[in-house]
Amino acid sequence: MSPTLAVIIKLVSIIGLMLTNGVFMIYLLRKVLGHLHIRLGPMHVGPHGILQTMNDVIKLLTKEDLTPRLADKALFYLAPMIVFVPSFMAYLALPFSDTLKATSLETGLLFTLAALSVVPIGILLAGWSSGNKWGLLGGMRSAAMQIAYEVPLLLSVLPVVMLAGTTDLGRIVEAQAGVHLGFIPGWFIANPLLWPSFVIFVIASLIEVNQTPFDMSEAESELVAGFGTDYTAMKFGLIYLSEFSNTFIVSAIGVTLFFGGWLVPWIPMAWYDAVPVLAPTVFILKTYLGIVLMWWIRGTYPRVRIDQLMDLGWKRLIPAALVMIVLTGVVDKLIVPLVTGTVG
Amino acid sequence: MSDARDDIVTVGLPAEGTHDPGTPPAGIGRAPTGVDDLATEHLIVNMGPQHPSTHGVLRMLVELDGEEIKNAEVTLGYLHRGIEKLAEHRRFDAIGTLMDRGDYVSGIMGETAVALAVEQLMEIEVPRRAQWIRVMMAEINRIATHLLWYGTMGLDTGAMGPFLYAMRDRESLLDILEAVSGARMMFNYVRPGGVVADLPVGIDTKIREFCNAFDTYVEEHDAILSGNEIFQARLNGIGVIDAEKALAFGLTGPNLRAAGVDFDLRKTRPYDAYPEMEFDVPLGATGDAMDRFSVRMEEMRQSNRIIRQCIEGMPEGEHTAKVPKVLRPPAGEVYASVESARGEVGIHLVTDGGTSPYRMHYHGPSLYALQALEDIIPGHLIADGCVMIGSTDIMLGEVDR
Repeated sequence: MSPTLAVIIKLVSIIGLMLTNGVFMIYLLRKVLGHLHIRLGPMHVGPHGILQTMNDVIKLLTKEDLTPRLADKALFYLAPMIVFVPSFMAYLALPFSDTLKATSLETGLLFTLAALSVVPIGILLAGWSSGNKWGLLGGMRSAAMQIAYEVPLLLSVLPVVMLAGTTDLGRIVEAQAGVHLGFIPGWFIANPLLWPSFVIFVIASLIEVNQTPFDMSEAESELVAGFGTDYTAMKFGLIYLSEFSNTFIVSAIGVTLFFGGWLVPWIPMAWYDAVPVLAPTVFILKTYLGIVLMWWIRGTYPRVRIDQLMDLGWKRLIPAALVMIVLTGVVDKLIVPLVTGTVG
Repeated sequence: MSDARDDIVTVGLPAEGTHDPGTPPAGIGRAPTGVDDLATEHLIVNMGPQHPSTHGVLRMLVELDGEEIKNAEVTLGYLHRGIEKLAEHRRFDAIGTLMDRGDYVSGIMGETAVALAVEQLMEIEVPRRAQWIRVMMAEINRIATHLLWYGTMGLDTGAMGPFLYAMRDRESLLDILEAVSGARMMFNYVRPGGVVADLPVGIDTKIREFCNAFDTYVEEHDAILSGNEIFQARLNGIGVIDAEKALAFGLTGPNLRAAGVDFDLRKTRPYDAYPEMEFDVPLGATGDAMDRFSVRMEEMRQSNRIIRQCIEGMPEGEHTAKVPKVLRPPAGEVYASVESARGEVGIHLVTDGGTSPYRMHYHGPSLYALQALEDIIPGHLIADGCVMIGSTDIMLGEVDR
C-alpha cells in the first residue's frame, strides 16, 4: 500500500469516526440526560428514538444558512472551521490499540492538547465575528477562560509523563501494563500520588469541553447561546459536532493517561493479538464511561460564575498542579529509589 | 446599521460620556482596577424580552463594563392585556377569570382576592367548608407555584435537573387542581360566596398521597440545589435586599420575609380558614438570594402541613353561600388582599351598584420586586443578575397585567 493511500484511508476513517461517533453521542447524551431527569429522551423517530439524531443532521443540512447583516462575513464562515479542524487533528494521535492508531507521535500527548487549545480561538472568532453582543460576551469569556484552564490541564498531565517517561500516548499505555501485588491494575489511577492530578485533570477537561458547571461561553441562562447565538444550519452543526468530538477526545486522553488505555488488567498480553477487536472495544467502552460521567455532572450541577472559575483556575488548580509535579518528582525520583535501594 | 439600534442606546440612558458609573457597592469589589487609563467603553445590551432567563417577557437594558452590570433599566408592558380595564366590563363572578391570567401560575390566590372583595361589599357569609376548600386549594397552588420558581431558579444558575424534578411534582398538583376545578391553570374556581363546585369524591386519597410523597420530595429538591456547593456560592450574599430597603420598595411575600420582616397576611390579617390552621412563617436573616431561596423552600413544607390539616379536618356543609345569579354589590369601595405565593395580591374595587365594578385596581407584588431589582442589580455580574431575577420570583403576567 502506498503511503499516500494509507494517509487518505486514515483521514477518511477519522472523519467517519467523528461523524458516526458524534451522531451516536448526541443520541446517547439525550438518553442519558433524559433518564437522569426522570424523562425518556427521544422516543418517536425509530425504536426508542434512535433515528432522532439522523433527522436532526438532515435538518441542520437543509436549513437556511443565515449570515447576520452585521457579521464579519469571512471570519463568520472561518470560525466553525477553526473550531472543527483541531478536533479532527486531535484524533490523529489517539491509540485505540497497540496497532490501531493513525500515527505514532513521540509528542502525541502534547500534540493532542495543543490541537484542542486551538478550539477556543475559533470560539472567540465565532463570537466576535457574528456582530452580536451576546456572541461577543461568550467569545470573550472563552478567551479569558482558555488561559485559566489550559495551564492547569497541561500541568496536571505532567506527573503522568514523569512516571511514564514519555509523551507518546501509546507508550504511556504500555507503561501501565501489569498488576501490583497481584490484583491492583497497573493503571496510573492506582497510584495515590496521581489522584490530585487526576482531579485537576477532570476539572480542567470539563472546562475544556464547555460542560456544565463550566459552560461559560455558551451559558444559556446568561448569554442566550453565547458565541453560537447567531449560528444556524451546518455552521452551527460543525461547532456542535466539534464539541461532542472534543468530549470524546478529552475522555479518551483521560482513559489513556489514568485508566490504562486499551489495557484490561489480569489478562495475558497474548489475548490482544488473538482477538484484535478486544483492545479498541475496551478503549471505547472506557472512553464512553468517562463521557457518561461528564454528562452526569452536566445533568446535575449548576454553573459557576466566571470570576469563581478564574479563582479556581489561577488560585487553586495551577498552584496545586505545580505542587503535584514537585511532589511526584521528589517521591518518584528520590524517595522511592532511596527506600528500594535502587538509587543510581 | 439601522436607526433602531441608535434609538435603543439613547432611550432612557444617559448620553455617551455623560454617565458616571459610580463606585460599585461595598462588598462587590469585582470592578477591574488599573484599566481606567485604557480606552474602554461600556456595552449596552438589550436583555430580553426573548432572553431565556427573563421569565417571560421582561426587557432590561443593561449597561455592561466587561461582565459587570453598571446600570439596568427595566422596560415593562410586553404582556399588557389591560386586566384592570377589562374588569370594568365583566360581571363580578367573571373577574376571577382575568385574575387567572394575571399571575398565571397562582390563579387560585388571585381569584380569592376578588371573591373576598365582593363578599365584603355584599356582606356574604362564606360557609366554613368553602373557606377550608379555598385554603387547601390555595396552598396546593402555592406549592405548584413555588415548584415552578424552584425549577427556574435551577435553570437560572445553569442546572437543568431540578426543573424536571420540580415538574414531576407540579404535575401531580396540577392533576389534583384539574380534578377539583376542571382546569390546570386557568381555574376560575373560587367565586364570590364560596367555590364553584364541591370536592370530587376520592380526591382526599389523591391529596393525601401527594402530601406523603412530597415530604420526601421536598427534601430531595432541597438536597439537589441547596446542598450543592456551587449553588451556594452563586447565591450567598448576592442581591441583598435588607429589611429597610424591602419595606421602602414595598416588597411583600417571601422577598420581604427573607429580609427578616415577619409579615404574612395569612397571620397578620387572616382571611378564610387561615386562623384555624397551624403553620409557621419562615424568616430569613440578611435578605440575600440564598435567604429568599430558603424561605420559599420552607414555605413549601409549611404549605404541605396546611394541606394535610385541611384534608384531615375538612368540615361538612355547603361549598357555597346562597348568592344571586347576577351579583350586584352596593355602591362603595373595598380593598381585600391575600397572601399569594409572591406576596400581597390586593384588589381595590370601586362599585356604583351595577353588575360590574366601576374601577378595579390590581395590586401585585412582582411590580415592586422588579423596582427593587433595578436597584440591586448594578454592580453585580451578568450571571448574578440572572440569579437575582430568579430569586425575586417576578411574574410578568402580574407586572404588566
